[in-house]
Amino acid sequence: MPEYAKFTEDMIKTHTILVPDMLPIHFKLLIKIFGSYGYKMELLQNDSRAVIDEGLKNVHNDACYPALLVIGQFMDALKSGKYDPDKTALLITQTGGGCRASNYIHLLRKAVDRNFPQVPVVSLNFSGLEKDSGFRITAPIFIKLLYAILYGDLLMTCYNKCRAYEVNKGESKKMLDKWQNRIGNIFRSKSKLYLKTKKVYNDILNDFSSIELSSEKKIRVGIVGEIYVKYSPLANNHLEDFLISEGCEPVVPSLLEFVMYCAAAVFNNASIYDKHTVTSTVEKAAYKLIYAKQKELIEVMKQNGNFDPPHDFEHLRKLADKYINQGVVMGEGWLIPAEMAALAQSGVENIICAQPFGCLPNHIVAKGMSRAIKEANPNANIVPIDYDPGATRVNQENRIKLMLANARL
Amino acid sequence: MANKYSLGIDVGSTTVKTVITDSENNIIYSKYQRHFSKVKETVTDQLMMIRGNYPDEEFSVCITGSAGLGFANSAGIPFVQEVHAAFLAVKEKQPDADAVIELGGEDAKIIFLTGGVEQRMNGTCAGGTGAFIDQMATLLGITSDQLDELSLHAQKVYPIASRCGVFAKSDIQPLLNQGARREDIAASIFQAVVDQTVSGLAQGRSIEGKVLFLGGPLFFLRGLRKAFVKTLALDDENAVFPEEAPVFVAYGCALYAAKSSDSCTIASVLEKIADAKASDNIVTGEPLFASQAEYDDFIDRHKKFDLGYADIRTYKGDAYLGIDAGSTTTKLVLITGDGRILYHHYSSNLGQPLDKIADQVKKIYAELNPDITIKGSAVTGYGEDLIKAGLSVDHGIVETVAHFKAASYFCPDVDFIIDIGGQDIKCFKIKNHSIDSIMLNEACSSGCGSFIQTFAMALGYDISEFSQLGLFAEHPVDLGSRCTVFMNSSVKQAQKDGATVEDISAGLSSSIIKNAIYKVIRAKSPDELGKNIVVQGGTFLNDAVLRSFEKELGRNVIRPAISGLMGAFGCALYSMEKASGEKSTLISKEELDEFSYTSKAAQCGGCTANCQLNIISFGKGRRFISGNRCEKGGGAAKRNTIPNLYEYKHDSIVNVCKSGQPKRPIATVGLPLALGFYEQLPFWHTLFTSLGFRTICSDESSRDMYYLGQHTIPSDTVCYPAKLAHGHIENLLDKGADFIFYPCMSYNIDEGDSDNHFNCPVVAYYPELLLANNPRLNGKNFLHPYMDLNVRKNVIRVLSETLKKYNVKGRIPAAVDNAYDALNRYHAQVAAKAREIITQAKDEGRKIIVLAGRPYHIDKEINHGIHKLITSLGMAVVTEDSVAHLAHTPKLGVLNQWTYHSRLYRAAKYVTTQPDMQLVQLVSFGCGIDAVTGDEVREILESGGKLYTQLKIDEINNLGAARIRLRSLVAAMDNS
Repeated sequence: MPEYAKFTEDMIKTHTILVPDMLPIHFKLLIKIFGSYGYKMELLQNDSRAVIDEGLKNVHNDACYPALLVIGQFMDALKSGKYDPDKTALLITQTGGGCRASNYIHLLRKAVDRNFPQVPVVSLNFSGLEKDSGFRITAPIFIKLLYAILYGDLLMTCYNKCRAYEVNKGESKKMLDKWQNRIGNIFRSKSKLYLKTKKVYNDILNDFSSIELSSEKKIRVGIVGEIYVKYSPLANNHLEDFLISEGCEPVVPSLLEFVMYCAAAVFNNASIYDKHTVTSTVEKAAYKLIYAKQKELIEVMKQNGNFDPPHDFEHLRKLADKYINQGVVMGEGWLIPAEMAALAQSGVENIICAQPFGCLPNHIVAKGMSRAIKEANPNANIVPIDYDPGATRVNQENRIKLMLANARL
Repeated sequence: MANKYSLGIDVGSTTVKTVITDSENNIIYSKYQRHFSKVKETVTDQLMMIRGNYPDEEFSVCITGSAGLGFANSAGIPFVQEVHAAFLAVKEKQPDADAVIELGGEDAKIIFLTGGVEQRMNGTCAGGTGAFIDQMATLLGITSDQLDELSLHAQKVYPIASRCGVFAKSDIQPLLNQGARREDIAASIFQAVVDQTVSGLAQGRSIEGKVLFLGGPLFFLRGLRKAFVKTLALDDENAVFPEEAPVFVAYGCALYAAKSSDSCTIASVLEKIADAKASDNIVTGEPLFASQAEYDDFIDRHKKFDLGYADIRTYKGDAYLGIDAGSTTTKLVLITGDGRILYHHYSSNLGQPLDKIADQVKKIYAELNPDITIKGSAVTGYGEDLIKAGLSVDHGIVETVAHFKAASYFCPDVDFIIDIGGQDIKCFKIKNHSIDSIMLNEACSSGCGSFIQTFAMALGYDISEFSQLGLFAEHPVDLGSRCTVFMNSSVKQAQKDGATVEDISAGLSSSIIKNAIYKVIRAKSPDELGKNIVVQGGTFLNDAVLRSFEKELGRNVIRPAISGLMGAFGCALYSMEKASGEKSTLISKEELDEFSYTSKAAQCGGCTANCQLNIISFGKGRRFISGNRCEKGGGAAKRNTIPNLYEYKHDSIVNVCKSGQPKRPIATVGLPLALGFYEQLPFWHTLFTSLGFRTICSDESSRDMYYLGQHTIPSDTVCYPAKLAHGHIENLLDKGADFIFYPCMSYNIDEGDSDNHFNCPVVAYYPELLLANNPRLNGKNFLHPYMDLNVRKNVIRVLSETLKKYNVKGRIPAAVDNAYDALNRYHAQVAAKAREIITQAKDEGRKIIVLAGRPYHIDKEINHGIHKLITSLGMAVVTEDSVAHLAHTPKLGVLNQWTYHSRLYRAAKYVTTQPDMQLVQLVSFGCGIDAVTGDEVREILESGGKLYTQLKIDEINNLGAARIRLRSLVAAMDNS
């Protein structure tokens, strides 16, 4: 087996790091943060059919769709000639755990090694994997990333609501662009303004509240599912845009919930399996800090009153217990049924569960739990939509339309 | 005032339906018509007709249907989702219905009306309904009406995979080739559609009360109706087949339109449709040929590879007959001793390979110069055994060998052979003049010749005409490269988006090629295929496919002019090599004149597998039996004594609960014989019996066991081993245990030598899914605690809590230790047995196959007897877990984090150290993790000079494809 190209510290200056198009709003903030530490990063937005073709060529076709797309997007970018392979690196997120998604980085390295052996792949993870890399998430970066998630979630929530109801077309997008820039600058400046979350939250909320909205009643559609397919327009065929064009309001649970789910998994596992370690204690402490930040955001959003705050994470955990054990921690695990239940409870009864075709954990946590959730919430209208290189958009949209027809009954 | 008239237009995947209603919601006009993918033209025709009848009226108009969505959008006409339209129609016409089943061209839908309205339709991976029936009829060479007629005379129903059209097809084709009655197959096809609808859609919700059946297929096909009524156990009163069924959805659509206030004349609708712009989101590629000159060069280049011909009426001397009884086609060649062709034949077998070939041999005899002596004959292909038995052919050889022989004739230095036939793609790499590795397509990706053919026919073209169209297409459409079902809907979408037939023809060719190169061969670059590439198989006679292949590879290849006959030609060459100078044993002219046969279905009673047999009698006591998995039913007298660890492991596990039971049990615990229990049963049995519980295990798996739990399966794409677990739970509930014990475990036991030791998500958490989907289970009768067997104190704590009410706490630590001992003992026994088998096999000079899968692959319903197939080929069988400890994990390119899967790597490594061993990987369909392990195991084996063979298994019973692979493996081993 070959030794793969490593990302050395010198490369921070010389290399451009390509970032996959997973969470467009959040990743733009991430790029700004790394930018302030000297990293050059670029968010990939190529989404032609060539992306899928490259994926099919480079990844086992039965591997999951997110892996295929992320790797396809990188390969397509590298082959486009736009980037000098000697001065390019790739960034991929890594979560670890029993899902095959932990293997993305390895599959990517295999693919890159065959075509561009000099291109290093760096791992974005919070679990201390890949310690020998020159790409390091230092404590200050880590803290800033956490704040970026909070701000990104808030922007996403405000933007999704506003653009569904905006009277002046395009106004919400302008507001989003403005705030993405501003938050990027906040992270860059030495003022540490980013720590003053309450103020920034309120500024964002007030600004978005100033957008004129119609009072038309729309069907609210929750989107849950596999983390990449749920958020990435490339993967879900621009699902949010489609829902808006159908006259719906997309409601997308925040990324922070997933981060907290990952943190909770560590200390949950420790108590379920009697394996208490230093890490599990640290994670528990970290979890408490993050939870405090979530509570704060919820409080501020409630005061503003124009937007739905994220689901209180402790409440989500309690909801999960009704359906499934919190020991289910592969993929999105218990979080998916918990989010579905929370959405249904909060009146978002129409739910799309977006998942890669044949996703292993989702057999259990999504399709497997729908029945129980529908029993407890008789009005819940849940439709699983599979995404896959061969699945046609018409087919997916037709099923969503059926769900909407159900919603209008 | 409301509009007087409403018009509903239902644009389905194969038909267009229009309905006009008056203000009282009565149907005053309706029309049902196939559109042959000419959607716009058909709709326009129908509207013109309506305009003729109602020139000045105004209508409220709405469109519905699976092909209507894009159409409505681009024309700016309102759209209603078709299931919803059906719902509206039912509310109006049959308000007392409890459920509705509607089958369309490509969709299946259920609406539940009583007890909470719910509208459902099939997911993306549930191919065939109407189109599936059409495809199957095409396969049999008849119309769907004839298929219907046949089905009414069926005597038995074969199990046919019901999940997806491609699967069903791979079940049906071998049945045909083995001579099963067409009447029975017809009925089986309908039953498969019923099973698919009932299991795939109802998913636990029972279909009862008054059921309304809608859609074209259910209206026109009596056999299908019969199957539905019987399966759902409905009486005449509760099975309603309304007269307006074919246009019911269009009627609902008209009702929906009636609610709108807009109205317009037909003329303006026609205008909108005429003005509708095709969306521009189709992705296109380069033309196959830039100019006529380029095409001419291409033709000239390939003309060079042809054989000589001799006249069968005038030639004198020896001749050799080769027969290729393929899955859909029949090929014959008769050649002279110096390789000239005397006679050749290529045609579709229309599901009757034996009749076809007998006819051809008759023809040969009729024309044959009396001075020609047929010195040898050989047959290959799916129908090999049947033809060999029926026509007394000298030799039967495996396809790969036949193709290699033929390819070497044209190109002695051939490096790579790719053969795309009707249903198979076979590729082999050649090293040192022998087959080095073999790649075959999986059941799920049979995007081969028969697909293009069926598609051409559906569009109303002859196959050669259709492919010719693609040659100069300007914008070949990109259709993706997944399985045919997906391709089918990609094609439909491209059509809706305005792609021409030419573009689609070229696009299909390119899809087939991409599928072959990236999915079957898994080539990372064209260089991997080597310099000298020979392409063959009927599909490559299609110039568009050939050109796509050359373009994708960026190099020229050799296509012999007899491309479609290569298998038969290879057989003829083989029989020439083997000829002893005697006359061939081939059936004589006189015998052939009296040749006839009868076929009969039966069930083998040789063992518990109860194989469905098909017995063909040729008269004079000669018969051919197929459908059996071992040699028992085949009529062979000798008992197979070749050692087989699968049998040993299976017997050990199923007998675990038969001993060691306490005399006065405190309670009875049920243990399902599914997934992880196939390995951990000794642990749990010992644990519970040590605590004073009686254990009962669910019965051995079977197809019936699967049906027992089918209604509680929420995800139809999960692996078959997981689906079977549902039946085991039902079985245990029926047996009456006090509680069922099925723990959840994120982690399996750490065997070291790996990065981590997880279970896969399905094995880890399946109990959660079972509890949530089986209404008979609850927190009391189903205990599924979380624990980690690596942490003794955790196991003790969790069990103490779980079994609290039985007051056994104090005895748990000792019982747990007993349990660990029992599990270790079991592993040691398996390893010892493996050593014994390996030693015995080596003594006897036998080859050994490590049949590598998961513990649950010892389930006979899961492995379908593949291990027996291997021993019937003279090789001994051991398992992955029995040899994994004999090697260390090599350096891997992936994360090695699952216990079961990590054994594969070590077993593969071990195999590379053993000269007489090969590894065959068993992969359950839908196992996403094996997408990771497969490539890695292959790399380990190939870097150690071994062959990689992967067998994908699912609920499919038929071992045809597995047999070819295994025999090819044997042939390759013999060669090297």
